[in-house]
Amino acid sequence: MSKIRFFDATLRDGSHAVRHQLTGEFISSYCEAMDQAGMYTIVVGHGNGLGASSLQVGRSLLSDHDMLSTARRCLKHTRLGAYMIPGFGTIRDNLIPAMEDGVELFKLGCHCTEADTTRQHIEYLRREGKEVYGVLMNYHMTSTERLLEEAQKMQSYGAQGVILMDSAGASTPEMVRRSIGTLVEHLYVLVGFHPHNNMGLAVGNAYTAIQEGARIIDGTLRGFGAGAGNVQLEALSALLIREGYELRQDLYAMMDVSEKLVRPVMPEDRALTDVSIVSGMAGVFSSFKTQVLAAAGEFHVDPRDIFMELGRRKVVGGQEDMVVAVAEELSRPVHGDTESYMLESLT
Amino acid sequence: MLYNPPRAQLRISRGFLVREPLRHIRAQGERIKMEKVRAGILGTGNIGTDLLMKILRSDVISCGIFAGQNPDSKGIARARELGVPVTCDSIRYIEKYPDCCEIVFDATSAKVHAEHAPILKRLGKYAIDLTPAHVGPFCVPQVNLDQAMDLPNVNCVTCGGQATVPIARALTQVADVKYLEVVATISSKSAGAGTRNNIDEFTQTTKDALIELGGCRDAKAIIILNPAEPPITMRNTVYALIDDPDMDLIRRAIHRVETELKRYVPGYRVVLGPILENGRVTTTIEVTGSGDFLPAYAGNLDIITCAAVEIAESYARRRLL
Repeated sequence: MSKIRFFDATLRDGSHAVRHQLTGEFISSYCEAMDQAGMYTIVVGHGNGLGASSLQVGRSLLSDHDMLSTARRCLKHTRLGAYMIPGFGTIRDNLIPAMEDGVELFKLGCHCTEADTTRQHIEYLRREGKEVYGVLMNYHMTSTERLLEEAQKMQSYGAQGVILMDSAGASTPEMVRRSIGTLVEHLYVLVGFHPHNNMGLAVGNAYTAIQEGARIIDGTLRGFGAGAGNVQLEALSALLIREGYELRQDLYAMMDVSEKLVRPVMPEDRALTDVSIVSGMAGVFSSFKTQVLAAAGEFHVDPRDIFMELGRRKVVGGQEDMVVAVAEELSRPVHGDTESYMLESLT
Repeated sequence: MLYNPPRAQLRISRGFLVREPLRHIRAQGERIKMEKVRAGILGTGNIGTDLLMKILRSDVISCGIFAGQNPDSKGIARARELGVPVTCDSIRYIEKYPDCCEIVFDATSAKVHAEHAPILKRLGKYAIDLTPAHVGPFCVPQVNLDQAMDLPNVNCVTCGGQATVPIARALTQVADVKYLEVVATISSKSAGAGTRNNIDEFTQTTKDALIELGGCRDAKAIIILNPAEPPITMRNTVYALIDDPDMDLIRRAIHRVETELKRYVPGYRVVLGPILENGRVTTTIEVTGSGDFLPAYAGNLDIITCAAVEIAESYARRRLL
């Protein structure tokens, strides 16, 4: 059976889970250990990618340069990867410095309908001889036909693969089957999937994607990541081994790293909390959780109400400023009721 | 290719096509009330067409040439219907007929403007650049309109820059801003091919302007496209890190900016704040478009064309004095 390539997002998506406070010690010990375990690539940096350290989505403890150069020193076999969303980072401020720090593989992401915003960056990196993948985030927010169109654009810019991100963990197995199946059928480059676990389906959805022909799974050890967390690569590996897939990374080594290194830095258990479940149900980016909880506290409103309202307004990744706006609105007394009461009392 | 020779100026007034004599006729002693400076528009996309609609209403500028490259462009067809002189020869037309305009708006792309800029300079045109090329210095009318009058080429930053540089400037003038960040969210529908293909320059230029013109020591710009239907109104959030902020002072400064901006961008509104939340001073602005060409949600187009027309009219008024 064909090989499945894992993209390890533990040091990128995991950054969300600790409000972007990953330490240099953790990055170096993790990279050393996973280099031994045979991981294809480790993507390192702020949860929203290069140049995303900001008040909008959260500031990093370490700069992109510090994180990447630390990882670089500890990787011998595994490729050093970085993620960037155009609009957050630029070629001059972020891609060129990342290349100087030794990044070999890039993922360029955008909201699922905006592939043309990645054109400049994909083309530039391909000219520089880098390995480049396109990422369509929050893929549940558009039609399968549109996804294919956007994925084909990325392919035409030179992306060597297209990864669908289930950023809100809002997928059903049927959605995965339809979207991944369509991409695999019509693209000549690799197709990948990045599940989230808001409704407890991450491993199942990753497996469905593989059955439909996805060859890249982008996940994390222990599911360490935004919101309810990602697909737990140890569990998926075990399932794949049992089903007869060949894996390049060592299962026990991954499990040991997960237990010894990742568990101590995880702030909470990975049970599905009410806020994570509601975020999946509302179809809102998992990484909004930190801002939603902060705003809920600041404005004394229910975080679940904030998530449902954000979902109704169809916010996309990066629109964290809407959290404060919605929380502030929800915290206002409802004038309408007072007026109708006054009108009623007049009649 | 020339469709309408620029022998006489045509414009729409109350639904009628009005013919205006050229300025050289006036030089012969005729006294004409509606004296105007002619402007050329390069680029016939969303921005170019919106500019044209605004210029047709102007008291001091008129459109001398509406120049594109594609004969099938919808913008060209619309301009021709309005009786505006059009060409598909782009800048070559202005080189051939340099008298057709004094002011040139460039609404093409960053790359193309880099080629246009030296040509316009040689021809002695006053160039107003609406791309993020940043050949000439930045101009945000509320901040440095006077300065822009003496330069041959001014750059209109970006829509996000036009909306937020005045706020940044107001904050840095009344407080010690350690760091400032702007998040501009625009509807996908209003972001044309130019914006999408230039998103890198768009992001970089907005940040550069916050530092150069806004007076920030450290700044960041984030651009988000949202495809929701119905399209969202352009929204800009400005976060600032300030120690012990004097919120009364800040509130007054920001409301002054709002009032001044409204003078040339009628749809400019502060919708949230300034408030102090989670350790940051947060202000959100929405810009509703005037609906000249694109619908009202496209406030991002409106604010940059409003700014460009404000610069051009100010230049024209000085010329006509």
